[in-house]
Amino acid sequence: MAEIFKVLIVDDEPGMRSGVSRILNDFTVSLPDIKSEIKFQVIEAETAESGLTIIESQRPDILFLDNKLPGMSGLELLNIIAEKKIDILTVMITAYASLDTAVEATKNGAYDFLAKPFSPAEIKHMVRKACNRIVYKRQAKNLAEERKRVRFQFISVLAHELKSPLAAIQGYLNIVSDRVLGNELSVYDNVINRSLIRLDGMKKLIFDLLDMTRIESDQRRREFAQVNLCELAQKSIEASALIAKQQNIAINLDVRDDVVMQGDHTEIEIILNNLISNAVKYNKPDGKVDIKIAADDKKVVISVSDTGIGLKEDEIGKLFKDFVRIKNEQTRNILGSGLGLSTVKKLAQLYNGDISVKSEFTKGSCFTVELLKNSQEVLRDESSGNNILFKAD
Amino acid sequence: MAVSKKILVVDDDPDILEQVELVLKANGYDVATAGSAADAEEFLTATQPDMVVLDLMMEQMDSGFVLCNQIKKLYSNMPVIMLTAVSASTGLGFDIRTPEAKSWIKADCILDKPVRAEELLNSVRKLFQA
Repeated sequence: MAEIFKVLIVDDEPGMRSGVSRILNDFTVSLPDIKSEIKFQVIEAETAESGLTIIESQRPDILFLDNKLPGMSGLELLNIIAEKKIDILTVMITAYASLDTAVEATKNGAYDFLAKPFSPAEIKHMVRKACNRIVYKRQAKNLAEERKRVRFQFISVLAHELKSPLAAIQGYLNIVSDRVLGNELSVYDNVINRSLIRLDGMKKLIFDLLDMTRIESDQRRREFAQVNLCELAQKSIEASALIAKQQNIAINLDVRDDVVMQGDHTEIEIILNNLISNAVKYNKPDGKVDIKIAADDKKVVISVSDTGIGLKEDEIGKLFKDFVRIKNEQTRNILGSGLGLSTVKKLAQLYNGDISVKSEFTKGSCFTVELLKNSQEVLRDESSGNNILFKAD
Repeated sequence: MAVSKKILVVDDDPDILEQVELVLKANGYDVATAGSAADAEEFLTATQPDMVVLDLMMEQMDSGFVLCNQIKKLYSNMPVIMLTAVSASTGLGFDIRTPEAKSWIKADCILDKPVRAEELLNSVRKLFQA
């Protein structure tokens, strides 16, 4: 399927108009960025005035505009297009190619300049350039709109996630305030306890959110250094030790103490913290968490498996998206922001890696994160376009 | 003593569910709870309560509306109370309190969240008397 771009040629010389029409009617442009080919439908106008009417009614994509016209001049039409903020890509044509007109025209929004007489090859070259420009602009616009949409959606969900615990806490406080259960304080124990749990959940959401925005905004300076994974894993295990002890969950760590990688200390710590705390939180009493960290000369593989509640097939698919929490009877009393795993995924991707999961419902899950040991070098190598490996400084 | 009235409460937030249950139980009602529209439907096909209290927005934006309509189809005389966050913050593009909206929202009573115990109990009593 070919896409059709409309080309308007405004020129008072009939020969010029039919010449351009003839060349472009059989011309096809294919661009690497888009799948379909581009073909052209040429519309002709003799004056700037009639050209304007066509521009407003048919919205052509490309305009070839002669400057010397009877009545309104090409530059005047260009001004009107700019004033009306019409989205059209204009190429000025003139028999008197002079630098002044070219500068004047580009100042007024013309994309480029074509001097008469020009060959079919020249106009084809110009049209191909114009198409490239239009497609690029369109993609940039789509991307910007997509970003706006995602941002709006994120904020709506976030607002909802923050409002829910507030509403729950408010409801419980109202119950106490209205003495729904009488005047004895001890009967409100559960009400108070649940309120505190929801408050903790909200706090966790805010902390996770800060982690995530720091990663996504690129505000944080990433400090690359040699990271010892055994040390970091031990630190993360300590952070989850209290809950693990309460539930009598055993945590085993299998890693050689010399496994190192180039990375940002904080980022790797967030990855390990999230994986290990999840494995503890979503476990069962007397359960087990096995952490295995292995490495070859290129990558590090961290796998954390648990003997917990496991995941259903359909739950796995949405697990790594923002704010996704698996809601069921088992997860009801587990605090979570729904940002932990999506953050781990984003971080893993910063290290040219990824996260995957294998799980059996009610039996347990195993999360595996792969990270490139020297992701910075790969990045530099790709951007420099040669084979010299730059050492991280 | 008369058999106490059975009320089904539907909300996807376990704490809101707990709160409504506390208030109703403390005032002598028999309460069943459902954490989703699907659970509620399952319950309703097996048991007929005397009233349903449900949240407007559960998994989907309109799941409360849908469930409400289904309840009225199943048991046309069953009183339904709908709980909702004020319309301005629901993100729905309309005000659910206009006469037009009320004509297709089949709830007998709409209460703003957070609902106070007295307000909820008054509405429950009124609907049971009607």
